[in-house]
Amino acid sequence: MRYFQQEIETMAPEAIRALQSEKLVRQVKHVYEHVPYYRALMDEKGITPDDIRGVEDLHKLPFLSKADLRETYPYGMLAVPLADCVRIQSTSGTTGKRVIAYYTQKDLDLWEECCARAIVAAGGTREDVVQVCYGYGLFTGGAGLHGGSHRVGALTLPMSSGNTERQIQFMMDLKATILCCTPSYAAYIGEALKERGYKPEDNHLKAGIFGAEPWTEEMRRDIEKSLGIKAYDIYGLTETSGPGVAFECSEQNGMHVNEDHFIPEIIDPDTGEVLPDGEKGELVFTSLDKEAFPLLRYRTRDICVLTREKCPCGRTHVRMAKPMGRSDDMMIIRGVNVFPSQIETVLLNEGYAPNYRIEVDRVNNSDTLDIYVELLPEQFTDTVSGITKMERRLAEAIKIMLGISPVVHLVAPKTIARSEGKAVRVVDKRKLHD
Amino acid sequence: MKQLTVFVENRRGGLAVLTRLLADARVDMKALSIADTRDFGILRLIVSDAEKASDTLQKAGFLVQITEVVGVTLPDRPGALAQALDILDQDGVNLEYLYAFLSSEPGTARVVLRVADNAEAERILTQNGFSIL
Ligand SMILES: [Zn+2]
Repeated sequence: MRYFQQEIETMAPEAIRALQSEKLVRQVKHVYEHVPYYRALMDEKGITPDDIRGVEDLHKLPFLSKADLRETYPYGMLAVPLADCVRIQSTSGTTGKRVIAYYTQKDLDLWEECCARAIVAAGGTREDVVQVCYGYGLFTGGAGLHGGSHRVGALTLPMSSGNTERQIQFMMDLKATILCCTPSYAAYIGEALKERGYKPEDNHLKAGIFGAEPWTEEMRRDIEKSLGIKAYDIYGLTETSGPGVAFECSEQNGMHVNEDHFIPEIIDPDTGEVLPDGEKGELVFTSLDKEAFPLLRYRTRDICVLTREKCPCGRTHVRMAKPMGRSDDMMIIRGVNVFPSQIETVLLNEGYAPNYRIEVDRVNNSDTLDIYVELLPEQFTDTVSGITKMERRLAEAIKIMLGISPVVHLVAPKTIARSEGKAVRVVDKRKLHD
Repeated sequence: MKQLTVFVENRRGGLAVLTRLLADARVDMKALSIADTRDFGILRLIVSDAEKASDTLQKAGFLVQITEVVGVTLPDRPGALAQALDILDQDGVNLEYLYAFLSSEPGTARVVLRVADNAEAERILTQNGFSIL
């Protein structure tokens, strides 16, 4: 099986464009009639649904940004009665108020199809055993790949994140063939397997589908080597439904955007002007089939390039490069890209609660990274050496993940300040000096 | 015997709050030692009622543990502690930490020892004529 939905995935570009035009007209009308917030934006620009007759009119529509989603939280972007929705998913809310996305049953079905396309593109069939260790719950990673794996008919292991010992046990005992998680967790599992004396050929994995955080080509090669697999990238945002908006094929040369459900555009982030294919700019998505949470011209803030060059895999959908630069949560510390999610991954793996504070500062022209982590009552011991040993062990595990050494400080439970019930994670004091 | 072990962060007023809570709960402190680093301290207490003290502090949000330790009575003369420690050392008992506290009996001193194997340490000390609390 090369494609999950061959007819759509290999459709002639003109036919895709015609399909998009037809769907766009419907989607704009749906939004205009049911989302007063967006209707007001259109009214302000003096356009009505009648002005949008096809893809060529897309540029006339106003943009949406994360600020709009915050403004309209929690129901303001909902385009169907709440009773028609069957699910929500949500962002972690680390960079401000969280975003809640709503789904009707049809929205879920289409999302899962997108994820199924990604799994099949990575070589997945109903014979496969798919280990999903993205977080389950509000995060879209677990739900998306889980649903996609069901659609393919593969045996799905709903592992969720963390508990590396158990991940490895299931991976080995049930001969998992496809691993789905964040690239940093994949790298971590690779390390953990090596530490336990496993060689890359000892597992049954053939592929991994990794997303939800930016990663480099170098990291891809490392993961492929340590797990003995081919590693595939997958892209998506909670705002657009989740992972599966775009996915890599066996060429590993850009991610095919599911153009029958989304129109991607690249714009100049300063002027908002649409840029031609091949130029670098901000990635913008318009949904075409969404019932509950349709977003027109949503600015992702990811900097990216699109290419329409023919892909040898046979898929005709446009490809997006790995987004470069910018992500709200990313910090650059001693020249290394650091994401709070990477640190959180290590904490969960090492048995700590994800309550932590990261302090970045600059001392004598060198960046410092201090991580404050709450001790759990059962981890407390009566000797100083016991606690400093735990701090050193945790610092070592974080160093393996990030490539730079932090100083870990264990602190008493419930002493890290929380806002909206969640720990405030990052304090970057370097800004004070700039 | 039971020792109350409390995690205290090095911030102003932390110890004052803790001792006030114990006083209000009418818990009497018999001995106290603190081991600290730049960030945190570990407070070790021998109190009149370890369970009650632990409940009181936990309710106030402190990280508390009850640790079994060995209490030993020594004659109040030079070399007594050295002798006890030599004996333990010769028998391979690893000492984590110790601290002294006042004795109400004249001519004696009391010491709290934290070792890996309490029962073993108590057996050795008793055999060598020391009395265990
Ligand atoms: Zn391709």
